[in-house]
Amino acid sequence: MTLLVTVSSFGIGAIVGIPLMLGLRSNYPPIRAVFRVIVDLIRGVPTIVWLFLLYFGVTFGHLRLSSLSAAIAGLGIVSSAYLAEIYRGGFATLARGQIEASHALGLGRTTTFIRVLAPQALRTSLPSITTFLLALLKDSSIASTIGVTEMVFSATTFSRQNPGTAGLMPFFIAAGVYVVVSVPLAVVARRLDSRLRRNH
Amino acid sequence: MDLVQYLPQLCQGLLVSLQLTVISVVFGYAVGLLLALGVSSRLSWLKWPALVIVEVGRGIPSLVVLYVVYYGLPSVGLLFDNFAAAAIGLTFTVAAYSSEMLRAGIQSVHRGQKEAAMALGLPQPSTFTRIILPQGLRSSIPALMGLAIQSFQGTSLAYSISVSELMSNAYQSSSITFQYLQIYAITGLVFAVIAVPSTWTSVWVEHRLAKGFA
Repeated sequence: MTLLVTVSSFGIGAIVGIPLMLGLRSNYPPIRAVFRVIVDLIRGVPTIVWLFLLYFGVTFGHLRLSSLSAAIAGLGIVSSAYLAEIYRGGFATLARGQIEASHALGLGRTTTFIRVLAPQALRTSLPSITTFLLALLKDSSIASTIGVTEMVFSATTFSRQNPGTAGLMPFFIAAGVYVVVSVPLAVVARRLDSRLRRNH
Repeated sequence: MDLVQYLPQLCQGLLVSLQLTVISVVFGYAVGLLLALGVSSRLSWLKWPALVIVEVGRGIPSLVVLYVVYYGLPSVGLLFDNFAAAAIGLTFTVAAYSSEMLRAGIQSVHRGQKEAAMALGLPQPSTFTRIILPQGLRSSIPALMGLAIQSFQGTSLAYSISVSELMSNAYQSSSITFQYLQIYAITGLVFAVIAVPSTWTSVWVEHRLAKGFA
């Protein structure tokens, strides 16, 4: 469940982050300002507040979002803002010469963007993206507060049924699992990063 | 019950959130600095324990840390009230994250600085405290400011161990009035009103500092 929440909200974030990033990089100042406010607002509100807002606050008539979909939607919203910012950072580091060179070669705007700028931006923002993914993995524990039966929720349930020292165990196991999942990911990320750097 | 009635409650919660933030940031950065020194130490008995603490602190979600401190430690005889538990848990997380930022800052100080200090005949302790550390701290300021803003948002997790901070006061008000959407939207805005200008400030400071280096 932890992985499901993490992967789906990361997926949402990775896709929704692209239009947000385009808005942040728009040539028209009003559009840029609007997107800047949206992204800052999303990032300014803690994840747990987003989850509560979606889970308790949003109703369609008598329908309410299930805790799982509220968690995925909430984390997805937060991720899209963060990833938009990370993507933007990647594009910001590109030298202007890249755009000028592709214009000089007669490439169209879309081709320039997709074939020239995007691959380079992705490369520079990759370390930040993996760092964010690890943070998201840990943030998915917040979903337990609205009743998604992910790892921390199960640990809490178990420890309520078994008071005493045994009750401590599930948290240590859950903590251990987080470490076991996140450390190899971090190692892979570091290796990927140094490899891309070498090609650079 | 409308806005006028639950706003004072939210403000009270906000005060608790701010208290938690200040405590966890002040102590967290102090412990973080010690951990950073530990990790970059050449003595292996100092280095490895510090490294383990940092990696564990960064690897575990702070929600889990809070649960372990509040629900877990009593079973080995350590009992804290919920505010203290939240302060300890958040401090631990902040310490682990800040130590890596501080370490990166200290490492970014150019080798030449150390060599120059040695050439001037400064003893090693004062080389570190008067030359390396100030410059290292300075370059880690932007990252540390960002972390402070994040830990302000992170205090909302203390709700889960029933500290009466902003989030849990919001929850209480909303379970009385059933105006979930309205109350959580306002809560979110309160967080954003503090976090967003702080972010802008930190970006501004970053630019200023970058100018100073050039």
